[in-house]
Order: sequence, then structure tokens, then C-alpha cells
Amino acid sequence: MKTLSDLRAIKEKAKKEMAAREQSAKYRIVVAMGTCGIAAGARTVMSAILDEISKRNIANAVVTQTGCLGFCDQEPLIQIIQTDKNVTTTYGKIDSETARKIIYEHVMNDRVVSNHVFMHQ
Amino acid sequence: MHRIHILIAMDAHTISQGARSIKDAMSRELALAGLADEVRVVETGSLGIYDKGVVLVVFPDGVYYVGVKMEDVSEIISEHLIKGRIVERLHYLDIPTEEATMGDKSARIGKQVRVVLKNAGVIDPESIEEYIAHDGYEALGKALTEMKPEQVMEEVKASGMQGRGGAFFPTGVKWGFAAREKSDEKYIICNADEGEPGTFKDRLILEGDPHAVIEGMALAGFAVGAHQGYVYIRGEYRMSINRMQKAIEQARKHGLLGKNIFGSSFSFDLDIREGAGAYICGEETALIESIEGKRGEPRNKPPFPPSVGLWGKPTIVNNVETLANVPQIILKGAKWYRSMGTENSPGTKVFTMVGNINNPGLIEVPMGITLREIIYDIGHGIPEGKEFLLAQLGGTTGGILTREHLDLPLAVDSLRNAGAGMGSGALLVVDDSQCIVDLVKTFVEFFVHESCGICTLCREGNGRLLEILERMSDGKGKQDDLRLMEELANAMLRGAFCGLGQAAPIPILGCLRYFRSEFEQHLQGACRAGKCELHAENEAAA
Ligand SMILES: Cc1cc2nc3c(=O)[nH]c(=O)nc-3n(C[C@H](O)[C@H](O)[C@H](O)COP(=O)(O)O)c2cc1C
Ligand code: SF4
Ligand code: FES
Repeated sequence: MKTLSDLRAIKEKAKKEMAAREQSAKYRIVVAMGTCGIAAGARTVMSAILDEISKRNIANAVVTQTGCLGFCDQEPLIQIIQTDKNVTTTYGKIDSETARKIIYEHVMNDRVVSNHVFMHQ
Repeated sequence: MHRIHILIAMDAHTISQGARSIKDAMSRELALAGLADEVRVVETGSLGIYDKGVVLVVFPDGVYYVGVKMEDVSEIISEHLIKGRIVERLHYLDIPTEEATMGDKSARIGKQVRVVLKNAGVIDPESIEEYIAHDGYEALGKALTEMKPEQVMEEVKASGMQGRGGAFFPTGVKWGFAAREKSDEKYIICNADEGEPGTFKDRLILEGDPHAVIEGMALAGFAVGAHQGYVYIRGEYRMSINRMQKAIEQARKHGLLGKNIFGSSFSFDLDIREGAGAYICGEETALIESIEGKRGEPRNKPPFPPSVGLWGKPTIVNNVETLANVPQIILKGAKWYRSMGTENSPGTKVFTMVGNINNPGLIEVPMGITLREIIYDIGHGIPEGKEFLLAQLGGTTGGILTREHLDLPLAVDSLRNAGAGMGSGALLVVDDSQCIVDLVKTFVEFFVHESCGICTLCREGNGRLLEILERMSDGKGKQDDLRLMEELANAMLRGAFCGLGQAAPIPILGCLRYFRSEFEQHLQGACRAGKCELHAENEAAA
């Protein structure tokens, strides 16, 4: 390393990796992973989301999981929480394709994927 | 992409509780569960929670688990990591540092602030990248590319920071002495001897954020014109030594130590020297002797090390905590530093709070905070419904503070007026079930053991004091003993050769001053706390 910009480059890269454990991300993506959700395919949804986030270099989102949300017929479920506005969008009947689409549209471009929205508050 | 980071605290305590094997088990079971790519297990320094076994945090949820045992690992994985259900049995809610773990906002956690400890428990101390991600080495980069050495020194001077090794000498002024000297070689020494019993703040800083110390040393080197530094770490601090060694190697690899740092003409490198563990080796001139390969005995002062130090060259000796403050002062400025603490004692102070306290541990507080706030708000008070008797601030040589001092702002000047000092970084809290004579005896036993023996007052004085205290707690004290103790203590205060002998009497005199009646009771054959086995012959006299 010879210059300040070399330092900053390392900084940006390291920050991205660390962003996952900060709660200051703009989007919190929550996958319902109760036994029910997992049975309905939540794990493949989770893997797709993680893959998409990493492929698209998204640094302002964290992914967590939660237990059963109680809407059996909608599983697998994911929630996209916009943390600064505290708006939660719940998407139901997700598969890995829709999950990827939601990451691209909603998380990257702030466009809600309306035909999969199950609840918005 | 890791969606979850598990930070597992690795400090001497958690390691003794099996943190390492738990980390390994965690990694193994994560792999078995197919989560190795999603969950990353990171070692970090102390998380500021003590005596609670193995401690870990799951991010981004920010959930703390304590007392984690081998058999809990799979439950945490299947419940929390897979299903998102918190394992309540291990969940720890009383987190002193919830916001601190959020990163570099020097957040206030209740009454605490995190400046020196901002990275401890937040970053992986073995990763230079994570330090860099939290503004690490920015200050050095700024200094080397935009500032002159004098400007760095002036900034530290203007911050008003005083050394955290116990003497509270203004750091910028000390640097100025060495900068003025014309010499082909100068040295920066980081004093990580920390021989004070019950003190482990420097160790935790080194374990939690070694790069901050390296950066601080490089900045000091730039300011005074030194090209070589030594980190003098007590030999027992294996983990500090290993972490520091690793950190030095990483910094070299990135060109942050070595020749022409940041493409400038400034070169600086570091080496570790291990201390042999004698308390006196923490005294700066004894420390220098020890690095030179001689017996660790103090030198005559003056000349002071900034003029004649290691191998006769100008040398700055600074405490770990002092150096860890420096990068942030350079990055954020003297004014920012002065926004914390008091006019005459700016900044924060790191303490290890030990003794009869509900919530012991490492704390960082702004100067000027009161003892009451520390003990009752941060420390959650005295256990088992007992009453506060006294606090000793600054380690074994620290002054005694009693109930009447609970609302005294803790700052260098106000403490001096109260006949106490801030000291290095231990805060011993004592409840009213303890016996004063017994307590003072343990202080003196320590000094008898640690006196290096070169001057009579300290060697004999401490020995005689111990004799007196022993007969007092045996119920065989003589009426003249209190006067004798005072006379001895005052003579040592004035006449001992080095700081050890000079400071040893401070807590003794403090106890004599505030708890005189209790000593007198012992002379009459009564021990309030029932700790001393007073002999029957004296009971008759009572
Ligand atoms: C007996 C004795 C023991 C000391 N032990 C330590 C120590 O363990 N760590 C430390 O930083 N300073 C210790 N000091 C103070 C050092 O001599 C020196 O003042 C200090 O390292 C300077 O650093 P600072 O200006 O950053 O406070 C000790 C002093 C005496 C008299
Ligand atoms: S005061 Fe004690 S420790 Fe210091 S030089 Fe004298 S004998 Fe040694
Ligand atoms: S049991 Fe979980 S959604 Fe029905």
C-alpha cells in the first residue's frame, strides 16, 4: 500500500463484508424459517437470496431469518423491511426465481414486486 | 456472502472456559448443517462481559449468549441460525455495550463511552482489514500525506490528553521534549507491562484492537522523529503477544510499518519485548533497563527518558491506552477529544472494575463521572444487599475513596485535592463486610513482594508495616502502632527512590485517615467485620 486511496480501497471492501453484521443496512430481508417454512422450501429461497446479493454486490442489506409467521398457505414467506422508514413488505408463495426478482427490483431498485405482495405495512 | 456473523469473545477468561473448542465445534457443526457459506464465525476480543463463561454475539440480530457450553452449540445452530428463534436459556439481556457494538460512533452506552474500546468486541483483532474498515490507519495516512510532524504533536498537545499509565503527564508535552532532541536515533516504547493486580485493561485493549496501538506508536514516531518502536508486554500475556505479533506482521505486509510508509520519507518498525513479570518493570526507566538486557531496576531521574532513554537515546514511553487514543485524536481533532471529560481532564478513561460489585468488568467512562455513577449505574451496585465501604482507584498504589467521595467528579485535579489519584486503571470496590486492617495487610504484602530492594525505605519500610499490621490483626497491636505506621508511611512517601516506594503508602495513609477508629478498635481487641482472630488476652483489655 502506497497511498491513501489504496487504504480506502481495502476499507470499502472490508466494510462490505462487515456490513452483514451491522444493523444500519437500509433493507432487512427476513426469511420465515419455521419448520413449516423450511418444509415449504425456505432454504432454497434463502440460498437464492444470498447468492443474488453477493452476485449483485449489494452492501446495504442484511439477511436474517425468523420463525413461523403463522400464514401456512402463503409459505415460503419473506419480508423486506426498509429500516429507515420502518415499512415492512411481506411476500408470500416465493420460490427462488421470485426471490431473485425481489432482490433485484425491490432491494436494488426500490420497486415493490406487487403481484407477490401478501401484506404491506 | 455471509448473512450471519458470530462473534465469539476470546479473552483469557473465556478461553479458560473453553471458548476455543466451542468455536471449533461451532465451525464444524455449521459445516455439517451446510451453513458454512452463510455463517462466519469470527474471533474477537473481550465483549465486556465477565464471569459469565463463553460469550458470543449473533449479528445482525445483536443477540448475546453467555455461558455457552459444548452441548449448546447445536441448539444455537438449529434454533437461532436456522429457525431464527432465540435460545432464551442462554440469552443475555444486560448488555452494557449494545450500541457500542454498532461500530465507530463512539456511542454512549448508558454512562459509558467508547473511544479506546470502540473496536473491542466489534472487529476481528486478527484482521487488519476489519481495523481498516473502521477508519484504521486513516490517521496515519492523513498525518504522513497532509501533516508535518510538528502539527501532529501540536494536535496531541491541544487535545490536552494526559498519559494513561498513571502519572497523567500531558502526552503532547512529553513528545515535545523528545522532538527537540537532536539525535540520529530515537525510540517509542509502548508500556504494556501492566503489573498492577486486578488491572487488565491494557491487556484487553491489546487483545481487542492491537492495530490501534501500532498506529498510535507510528504516529508518535512520526511526531518525534523515531524509526523504531518496542512494545514491552508482560510475558504472561501470551494472547496479547500473539495478537500483537500477528498485527505487526500484517501491518508490515501492507506497508503500514517498514520503509517509506504511504510513499512518504517516514520509516518506522516495531518489535515486541517480553517482560519478566516484575511489577517494578512497569516503571519506565526500569523497563528501559530491562529492554537493554539488564536487571529491571529504576534509574535516577533526571535525565528523563525523552532526553536520555533506551541505549542513551531520546525515548518516549507511553501506556497502551494513551497510544490507542492517538489515532482518533489525529483523525477527529483535538476539539472532538476535548468534547469528552472535563476542562482539565479531557477524554475518557478505561477501568477494570473488580471487587464487591454486581457487574464487574472493563468499562470506559468520560472523565468527570462520579463514583456513584460508576458503582451504581454501570456496576449495578454492591451484591447481597451490603453497603459500600470504600473504593480504591488506580490499583494497589491508588488512593482511598469513601462514602463522602461518591459524588466527587473523577478527574485528575479533583482527585488530587482529595488526596487520591486516578492511577492506572483498576477500580476496587469494597463492601462493608471487609476488615480494613485485613485489606491494608493485603496491599502491604504486595509491596513487600514487589519491592526491588535497592532502597532501604521501601524494602524495610514495607516489611515493618507488614509486621505491625500482622500483630494488629492478631490482636497484639501496641498503642503506639498507628503513629509508627504514619511515620513510616510518610517517610516512604518522601524518601523512597522510585514511584513504587513513594506510592505504596498512599492507600495506607488513606485508610488511616478515613478508618482510624477501626484500627483503634483492633488495638482494643475488636474487629468489626469479624475477619481477624483476635487473641483472648487482648479481649480482656477491650
Ligand atoms: C512502580 C511503577 C509501576 C508502573 N507500572 C506501569 C505499568 O504497568 N504500565 C504503565 O503504562 N505505566 C506504569 N508506570 C508508569 C510509567 O513509569 C510511565 O509513567 C508510563 O508508562 C508513561 O506512560 P504515559 O505517559 O502514557 O502514562 C509505573 C510506574 C511505577 C513507578
Ligand atoms: S522504592 Fe522500592 S521499588 Fe523503588 S527503587 Fe526503592 S526499593 Fe526499588
Ligand atoms: S405452521 Fe408456520 S406458517 Fe403455518
